[in-house]
Amino acid sequence: MPHPHPEAETGLPQRFTDWFAARGWAPRPHQLDLLAQARAGRSTLLIAPTGAGKTLAGFLPSLVELSEKRRPRRKAEPAGRAPPEPVSPLHTLYISPLKALAVDIARNLETPIAEMGLKIRVETRTGDTPTSRRQRQRRDPPDILLTTPEQLSLLLASKDGEYLFSGLRRVVLDELHALVTSKRGDLLSLTLARLRTIAPDLQAVGLSATVAEPNDLRRYLVAQREGEDNLAGLVVAQGGAPPDLSILDSRAKMPWATHTALHALPDVYGLIKARRMSLVFVNTRWQAEFLFQELWRINDDNLPIALHHGSLDVEQRRRVESAMAAGRLKAVVCTSSLDLGIDWGDVDQVINVGAPKGSSRLMQRIGRANHRLDESSHAVLVPANRFEVLECRAALEAVRVGAQDTPPERTGALDVLAQHVLGMACAAPFAQEALLDEVRSAAPYRHLSEEDFAQVVDFVATGGYALRAYERFAKIRRTKDGLWRVSNPAIAQSYRMNVGTIVEATMIKVRLVSARGAARTGMAGRPRYGGKILGEVEDYFAETLVPGDTFVFAGEILRYDAMVEDEIYVSRTTATEPKVPSYDGGKFPLSTFLAAGVRGLLSQPERWSGLPGQVREWLELQRARSRLPGRSDLLVETFARGGRFYLVCYPFEGRLAHQTLGMLLTRRLDRARLKPLGFVANDYAIAIYGAGDMGAAAKDGRLSLDALFDADMLGDDLEAWLDESALMKRTFRTCAVIAGLIERRFPGKEKTKRQVTISTDLVYDVLRRHQPDHLLLKAARADAATGLLDVRRLSDMLARIRGHIVHAPLPRVSPLSVPVLLEIGRESVASAETNDSLLAEAEAQLVAEAME
Amino acid sequence: MLARSDSVPGPLLALNGAEVTLDPFGGLVWPAEHLLVVSDLHLEKGSAYAKRGRMLPPYDTADTLTQLEAMVARWLPRTIIALGDSFHDRDGAGRLSSAALGRLRHLQAGRSFIWIAGNHDPEPSPLLAGEWAVEARIGSLIFRHEPAAHAEPGEVAGHLHPAARIAVRGRTIRRRCFATDGRRIVLPAIGAFAGGLNVRHPALAGLFAGPFDAHMLGRERTYRMAVRTCMAD
Repeated sequence: MPHPHPEAETGLPQRFTDWFAARGWAPRPHQLDLLAQARAGRSTLLIAPTGAGKTLAGFLPSLVELSEKRRPRRKAEPAGRAPPEPVSPLHTLYISPLKALAVDIARNLETPIAEMGLKIRVETRTGDTPTSRRQRQRRDPPDILLTTPEQLSLLLASKDGEYLFSGLRRVVLDELHALVTSKRGDLLSLTLARLRTIAPDLQAVGLSATVAEPNDLRRYLVAQREGEDNLAGLVVAQGGAPPDLSILDSRAKMPWATHTALHALPDVYGLIKARRMSLVFVNTRWQAEFLFQELWRINDDNLPIALHHGSLDVEQRRRVESAMAAGRLKAVVCTSSLDLGIDWGDVDQVINVGAPKGSSRLMQRIGRANHRLDESSHAVLVPANRFEVLECRAALEAVRVGAQDTPPERTGALDVLAQHVLGMACAAPFAQEALLDEVRSAAPYRHLSEEDFAQVVDFVATGGYALRAYERFAKIRRTKDGLWRVSNPAIAQSYRMNVGTIVEATMIKVRLVSARGAARTGMAGRPRYGGKILGEVEDYFAETLVPGDTFVFAGEILRYDAMVEDEIYVSRTTATEPKVPSYDGGKFPLSTFLAAGVRGLLSQPERWSGLPGQVREWLELQRARSRLPGRSDLLVETFARGGRFYLVCYPFEGRLAHQTLGMLLTRRLDRARLKPLGFVANDYAIAIYGAGDMGAAAKDGRLSLDALFDADMLGDDLEAWLDESALMKRTFRTCAVIAGLIERRFPGKEKTKRQVTISTDLVYDVLRRHQPDHLLLKAARADAATGLLDVRRLSDMLARIRGHIVHAPLPRVSPLSVPVLLEIGRESVASAETNDSLLAEAEAQLVAEAME
Repeated sequence: MLARSDSVPGPLLALNGAEVTLDPFGGLVWPAEHLLVVSDLHLEKGSAYAKRGRMLPPYDTADTLTQLEAMVARWLPRTIIALGDSFHDRDGAGRLSSAALGRLRHLQAGRSFIWIAGNHDPEPSPLLAGEWAVEARIGSLIFRHEPAAHAEPGEVAGHLHPAARIAVRGRTIRRRCFATDGRRIVLPAIGAFAGGLNVRHPALAGLFAGPFDAHMLGRERTYRMAVRTCMAD
């Protein structure tokens, strides 16, 4: 058989060329490019779509090197008692965000290794790896080790870390685009910096889907120095066939404000029937629950339709995954739990219900259908309301031109750095200056100041308090030789329990008890045991429930009966409509990019021809009765209705930023004595309602809209609001856990009585009063800028609209405002003052009842 | 009546024949006896955690003393009873900063101060002024740390850190509270880092034979709620 690529040309050894040929394959150009980069000793970023053979490309250089001239490897001693080899034989480290993916890749690597007869040992190391094997791996390392970022941190913090990685040549970072957007990516960048210190010739290879800024990822892979912008090499694989993407054209009446897409249910069912296997993506667990239940309600053909989301029991998720892999399912309703990872089975259609929220996210999801590069993936968008039609249209256009909106590069978080610094002290005594240099070589931390680093070290040692009360309890101490050392071995133990950056919300188990039993149990009654655990809900959801509330979970409508210790008791109910809205919209905000797309579409009526008739009519009506929001201005409408006055604006910056803005605007209107009563926000707009006529005040000059929307609200007003914000407290808790201030809670180990656990809310309050510049408050504020509060996006928006505010005083409700007004009643304003007045109200109600 | 630094009259509450009032900062006041009772100060809880490697902010003692000072300034009591768990652990008093120790002495000066033994601080510390007792009895009231299973009427206790949660207009509010049925009362914890136990928890609800109330702490005053209308956590 003729060889298509002789070695001279491809750099591929004969054995490999033969193997490709025997399978009827030719090595893809990007696979050979990556090999050439490796031979040149360069770190490289590979950008390739799904199905392009990304993983094989990442491993090919290692397989080739390991098949060539190697130090002869000693046989493992039977009892493992021989002294280890001077340099560890571990050649390649593979890091994946998902442990399931690491295990799957290990299995896939075995095929070429076995078929080419290579003597290469591949092993995985995850949280599930038995202790005996972990110990053996440190003593007698494999050639290739596949693991997760957290396991890598643990290995580096152990005494054996330095030996284990002493001979490391390559580290492969899979799904890098997903890793770098979170604190996990910060931690991984720090461990990568440590690996480079241990093995200076290390090459890093990043495998990524298409991203908006490839240079961010190229920078992440290599060491940074002040004044330099060092970038890894770049290999871009050819894109596959363009996706076959469309928006569902339903005849049903398009709803105004719902997120459930119930109107299109028969259409979705029809789409499922028409294909082999569909993934039905939604944005939240509650939407998944709802849609799953509704699909089964009309499932006259008994199609095998399953449910998959992160709150479900692990066992249940595994069963769904294996049923998919075996091709036994027709559809799976899922959340981002299936965005990443292994290919389970032969998916040939992706249905995205609701708003796509971002074009990169949508492209990832579309890629889940069909993993053959030369065929188009088939995907259908199902908008759930009128605004989502616009968003779907903007997303469709973005996907057609391949426009990406992945989030911008992160600045390394200080809480993560604190965790890492303690880990490094556990590994070996460190010199502060040398560690700072190493940390700054990691891209997210390249601008870290010496002061911030000193503050982190001080935090690790004694909590970083201005009041030097804890010197005698220090966890790490600087000894005479200038090195920082851990004070005692228990510290390393506690570090190991706390490693990682994923802080799960406290979960409450949902236990199904019989309807009659539940009625008898009552709230103050004795806990009843028995009954099936259906899964878990986040505690802040459970906290909103009042006994008697019905909600959708695990595909059923359940009635909340009682909370007992860390479980809620629920019973089945005959109710057909859940009382508690199942939409939890906060998860992914609309991306800035798509927001701009929607604004563009709105402001250009000539592009509306592709929109459904009812949506076009709606926009025409808006144009006639008010005006259309422009590409870069901010439309502010004011009108009165039912004795209340409304101010509605359309920033299109996503629900999170809007909630923050709504809080701040309400404060200002309150100071202007315009008596705001509350506000409501969705991804597109904010509506404030009150007893004062905001429109009249704006017209006669008592209220300046420019001043109302002035960016200085992000100063004191924001600070004052953060005092009380529950979201800020949650953000703080995450930082406190990551930084090791409080213990991580482990399932099954939770203390059941609240009086013995330390509430981070109390710590937050005390710290704000006494040391507002404390490291953890700094870290929490930095998170708030991009996370739950999205303050940075808000400030960008305020800067953009300065001088471009358009006021439209209207005689009545505008068509565009209807969707957001329909959300009123689902939210309310929270502050200490209102809480106290609510207490007074509740007390008064009771008094009134008693006097009747 | 005692001198008060503000003009809001405290609502009087009948407790086993005594007329007491509830301070929104968490103290029980018995005007006729010029008495202020506070519970579960948990002083030096921060440093107790720091000893074990969890560096909680070292500001909790100062905060708790500020609360106490505010109540003392408001009521100018002749006697203060601290109902136990005044310190988070046995050597807590030994870790007080000299500033905190000074503030504590100042609070104690010119009045009698009774430390009731708690489970966290079962023995008197030689570093502290004031009397020490396991229980104290004044008139129709008896003061102890842990509520007794079958207590005589008139018991004033702490230990359980009661907190209540109510739902109003779709929002829930959780606050520290007093729990009482008019025969006995459990005081809220005052310590800055002290958590709260829901009044519906059997450990608390089991103390009362019939219906009882939660008096939730507010900014200016306490708010009375029937516990049957409060929510579990």
